[in-house]
Amino acid sequence: MYNLLIGGAAGQGIETTAAILERLLKRSGYFVFTVRDFMSRVRGGHNFSLLRFGTEPIHSHSNRLDGIIAMDDETILQHISQLKPDGFILCDSKLTTTDARAMKLDMDGMAKKLGNPRVAGSIAIGVILKLFGESQDGAEDVFRAFVKQPLIEINLKALQEGYQFVETRFEHRKGSYKDWMLISGSHAVALGAAAAGLRFYSAYPMSPSTAIMETIASFADDAGIVVEQAEDEIAAINMAIGASYAGARAMTGTSGGGFSLKVEALGLSGMAEIPLVVIDVQRPGPVTGLPTRTEQSDLKFVISASQGEFPRLVIALRNAEDAFYQTMRAFHLAEKYQIPVILLSDQYIGDATATVEPFDPVRVQVMPSGNAYTSEEEYLRYRYTEDGVSPRLIPGKSEHLVCIDSDEHDERGHITESAEVRTKMADKRMKKLEDLEQELLEPEFIGADDFDTLILGWGSTWGPITEAVGLLNQNGKKRYAALVFGDIYPLPQKLLREKAAVAKRLINVEQNATGQLAGLVREATGITCDGSILKYDGRQITAEEILERMQREEEK
Amino acid sequence: MSTDTFSTYETAWCPGCGNFAILDCLKKALEQLGKKPSEVLLAAGIGQAAKTPQYLSANAFCGLHGRSLPAAVAAKIANESLTVIVNTGDGDSYGEGGNHFLHNIRRNVDITHFVHDNQIYGLTKGQASPTSIEGLVTGVQTDGNINEPLNPMLVAIACGAGFVARGFTGRKEQLISLMKQAIEYKGYALVDILQPCISFNKTNTFGWYNERVYELEESYNPQDKIAAMTRAMEFDEKIPLGVLYREEKCTYHQKNTVLKTGTPLLDQTTDPAVMNRLIASYI
Ligand SMILES: Cc1ncc(C[n+]2csc(CCOP(=O)(O)OP(=O)(O)O)c2C)c(N)n1
Ligand SMILES: [Mg+2]
Repeated sequence: MYNLLIGGAAGQGIETTAAILERLLKRSGYFVFTVRDFMSRVRGGHNFSLLRFGTEPIHSHSNRLDGIIAMDDETILQHISQLKPDGFILCDSKLTTTDARAMKLDMDGMAKKLGNPRVAGSIAIGVILKLFGESQDGAEDVFRAFVKQPLIEINLKALQEGYQFVETRFEHRKGSYKDWMLISGSHAVALGAAAAGLRFYSAYPMSPSTAIMETIASFADDAGIVVEQAEDEIAAINMAIGASYAGARAMTGTSGGGFSLKVEALGLSGMAEIPLVVIDVQRPGPVTGLPTRTEQSDLKFVISASQGEFPRLVIALRNAEDAFYQTMRAFHLAEKYQIPVILLSDQYIGDATATVEPFDPVRVQVMPSGNAYTSEEEYLRYRYTEDGVSPRLIPGKSEHLVCIDSDEHDERGHITESAEVRTKMADKRMKKLEDLEQELLEPEFIGADDFDTLILGWGSTWGPITEAVGLLNQNGKKRYAALVFGDIYPLPQKLLREKAAVAKRLINVEQNATGQLAGLVREATGITCDGSILKYDGRQITAEEILERMQREEEK
Repeated sequence: MSTDTFSTYETAWCPGCGNFAILDCLKKALEQLGKKPSEVLLAAGIGQAAKTPQYLSANAFCGLHGRSLPAAVAAKIANESLTVIVNTGDGDSYGEGGNHFLHNIRRNVDITHFVHDNQIYGLTKGQASPTSIEGLVTGVQTDGNINEPLNPMLVAIACGAGFVARGFTGRKEQLISLMKQAIEYKGYALVDILQPCISFNKTNTFGWYNERVYELEESYNPQDKIAAMTRAMEFDEKIPLGVLYREEKCTYHQKNTVLKTGTPLLDQTTDPAVMNRLIASYI
């Protein structure tokens, strides 16, 4: 397994260089996992991508580097301590480093000679391909996807220049992932929504959720989807609800700040029983927090957001594959139970690109919007039924009238203050949870069956925890396992109770300061964690860090 | 002409409320246009005016206070064959929903917006609304309202609305005609309806309006934007009634690539080949 860092200032093309390189490596058969660490600025600062690749699956990043591709001095300064003794630095000859591992190359000069100073990144890609024993075949195809037509030729020339400059140092290894996809969590959400029959997406730009809106917009015209940039997040969610009421499958997305504005309307979806999918791509709060970084601190917020009581489902996305299939499932369950379904993602999995088996767009069946109504009885939007789910009709599609109301309402959908109706309607809404709870997905169990220590995690820490459990079980005498939740509210309890009963120690690993999952577990089951590994500096935890902190926990 | 295709229900309004006239005019306008209840969507926020959809037999969306426009506009985007009409208050439209008011003018989705403008917050029992006049004493504005009123007609014209009209509950025949024109107009149409609140606005009473209103003369040219702005500024002494401004404009549906195909959005599907191409683009 190799781990490369590509770093520089915003505006130096780090993003594109990483995107092209990771695609080339994946196409040569490697399993690739890339994370993006960037500052909330358009120019300057320090940004980097960590590109990890190998012949076995990789689900998280690592801070131990085999190589640094530095576009500026700052990159070397900040990361040289992470470089392995036999690692390399590739940089322009004008950089000041005197480290013996540095390969200095006059990339800027070469780029200028080629006629465009911006092709320095492609020279670096050429160097890396050669270093790792890769061929240049197929480069043209990849460049075509990432650079504008008139610039393809010059970039290919730059690639070749870089390729000639070095000797192969690492052996090419044969991986079997050539035909797999390389996709970020946010792009996977966008594709999942399209596969589920999305017709309307409304949102207000906010990092790190904007990638979802932009991705849907990129294919909306071909896919028959309307993307509307709303005037604010309140409009965005009310639009999505209006569209869904009228029969267009709808979704809205944001980050924590925007979700705060959407809260009242979340309740409208619950009260009026209008299917809705909302995604919160979390970033560190409170308020503006760290706009381009990662955290898992909105869990307690989204499970209780909005006044009053209504059923909802919260699904935490664990990886890019989840992002696709769970988005599809969210639409299905929103329609089936006529409730809001909240997807919790975060900047880490939202922006990280992972290697996944090509998505199967028909694996998850999604219910059509609205029901057929053949009964002789008068149509009542909120008819009392055994399971609490009333037949949903689409207005204008039949002679029946579809009346919804945010006030407490009777079966017809008209305002009422009757104590009796109020209680029956509240019961009807909450009743839907009974069936929903039966189809919750249990957390993923990872690790040894005969474990002593059980790690609890949720969402994006799935990758680091998976890797950490593997490492922990290699090293020590003690045995480790983990439960990582995807469906998280209502909390699936079966596997948790079963595994917790035999665990000697329970440790929660979370990207927040208060241990929100541990709190939820305690509230729902009375099970208490014995220790916790919490991180809230805006940077995702690595397997190595879990390992190290686990040892410290156990010495306590 | 068919009568009573739309039925009404018992209301919770105060006897003598201007809302009765609006409900009656709306019913007549819809019937005269030959609309069927199932093809009409009445949308509203929250307030006394916003109860209108509860009292007429059509599809109804009674959403959140201030948020009727985004929901209504999106319902129209989803299904263009619905006739979408928003009936809601001045507080709902211009206060809580002020941002949506501005930006939906820009979107120009083909919906109709009837603002029951009683210059007061009725449902919450009489606080100043964005259109309350200066000096109005309420339970909150105890020394009299010190804020200048918003001029919704002027704002709408300035933002580029293509149909801007004002009606009065005391001129029902004209109001029905304005409602019909607004519903038939292709694009966002605003009718601000002067509506006395007999319980909480003791200043802008039926008599107060009746003394001031006049119908725009026949020679008035509603396509003249500057003239329209001048008339829109009249309020204190004389209040013009009628279509202040009218301009034919491209609607959201005519401009949006997906909607201009003519297939209502809710009936569109994503071609599996498109989905497969998308997936392949990540390989
Ligand atoms: C978010 C929110 N804030 C406040 C209210 C309380 N509220 C309900 S209606 C209303 C104002 C009503 O005034 P207007 O829109 O002019 O309607 P009217 O009752 O005068 O017809 C207010 C403040 C609410 N329902 N929701
Ligand atoms: Mg009012």
